[in-house]
Amino acid sequence: MPDLDDPYKTLGVKRDASQDAIRKAFRKLAKKHHPDLNPGNAKAEELFKNASNANELLSDPEKRGQFDRGEIDAVGHERQPTYREQADGEAGRRYSRASGQPSEWSDDALSDLFGSMFNDVRRPAEARRAPGHDERFSLTAEFLHAVTGATNRLTLPDGRVLDVKIPAGTLEGQVLRLQGQGGAGYSGGPSGDALIEIHIAPHAFYTRSGQDIRLDLPVSLAEAVLGGEILVPTPTGPVRMKIAPGSDSGTELRLRGRGVPAHGPQLAGQLYVKLRVVIGAPDTALEEFLRSWKPEHPSNPRQAMEKK
Amino acid sequence: MKIDFVVAQMPGVQRPDLERWILNEWVKPDAGCGDYEFCEIDVARARLIRDLRDDLDVNEEALPVVLLLLDQLYDLRRRLHDISAAIDQTVPMDVLADLVGHLAKRKRDSGDWQPLPTSR
Repeated sequence: MPDLDDPYKTLGVKRDASQDAIRKAFRKLAKKHHPDLNPGNAKAEELFKNASNANELLSDPEKRGQFDRGEIDAVGHERQPTYREQADGEAGRRYSRASGQPSEWSDDALSDLFGSMFNDVRRPAEARRAPGHDERFSLTAEFLHAVTGATNRLTLPDGRVLDVKIPAGTLEGQVLRLQGQGGAGYSGGPSGDALIEIHIAPHAFYTRSGQDIRLDLPVSLAEAVLGGEILVPTPTGPVRMKIAPGSDSGTELRLRGRGVPAHGPQLAGQLYVKLRVVIGAPDTALEEFLRSWKPEHPSNPRQAMEKK
Repeated sequence: MKIDFVVAQMPGVQRPDLERWILNEWVKPDAGCGDYEFCEIDVARARLIRDLRDDLDVNEEALPVVLLLLDQLYDLRRRLHDISAAIDQTVPMDVLADLVGHLAKRKRDSGDWQPLPTSR
């Protein structure tokens, strides 16, 4: 069913059809629906009339122009603009209910429609300049590196390599800040920092509490009974230490200043050495001696545990 | 356009009707030298009010609400036109294609956007 409101559709031509095409389209329709060829057919008569009207309008360049611009309707009457046509355009601002200056895209208008989507975009690049985010990494340091200080190489997930200077006396969980090694800045802002959380791997024989270091030191039976000078490993190298004759297993000796070295305001810590007597492999001579041995002061080492 | 001319070409509207609408600020022609000067939109709006009242049975008590909602709707439509023009001017073709693709996907995913079944 042809659209009566649109003479182009009535004739079945495109809006940019040439005058020649319009004429041809009309002739084709006219031949088909002409009343003389369809006597008594009211529908054909109407279709013919519609085609005639459409042809009349479109074949007149002036009228066709007026129709194209929306000034007249398909029947040639002056067309009254609908409210929508008016209100959708600039003229519609006259009846705007928006507060403030209705023609402007104020920040309020933007955030009213889009939330915070445009907040950042509206500010000039200067104002958006911001330092990059800090990035956190963790690094497990060797026990002795954390005690005496060292430089460790850390490969980041993005492939960058950082040389992390671990200061002497670094504690478990301590965070080192590497300035400018974090996320890139925004709009020319400075980079963020890399925050490196240090974890300390346990040591085979040292343990640490704060500035002090403890060490279980195995000694032979002879060293424990007879005493003498023995070589004790410390984080900064072995030192000689005298042990008294008759030192029992569990005796704790202190090596002053041989713990964590002094750093900053911290004084050097102590190295506490706990003796642990090691009997060693079975020894026939020792066994024979002990069988015949009469202690000078016999005693029961478990006396304190026995019930009274 | 003067008020008499407007009334003359608007069947079903008497001059007192139009003057009352102006007083209620439903229609806002320019007022100069004690006479009103109507723009096309003022005439279209008067015709809209007449159609609402006479054809759609929106009585004059309900009209302010209807007009308020319509005005907000057109505010929004103008803003959308602005945005659409701004997008047209600024957004690169590939981003535009992404945008259209995203909207089309949304349309498919959301039941709200399904076309209504055609009634016979």
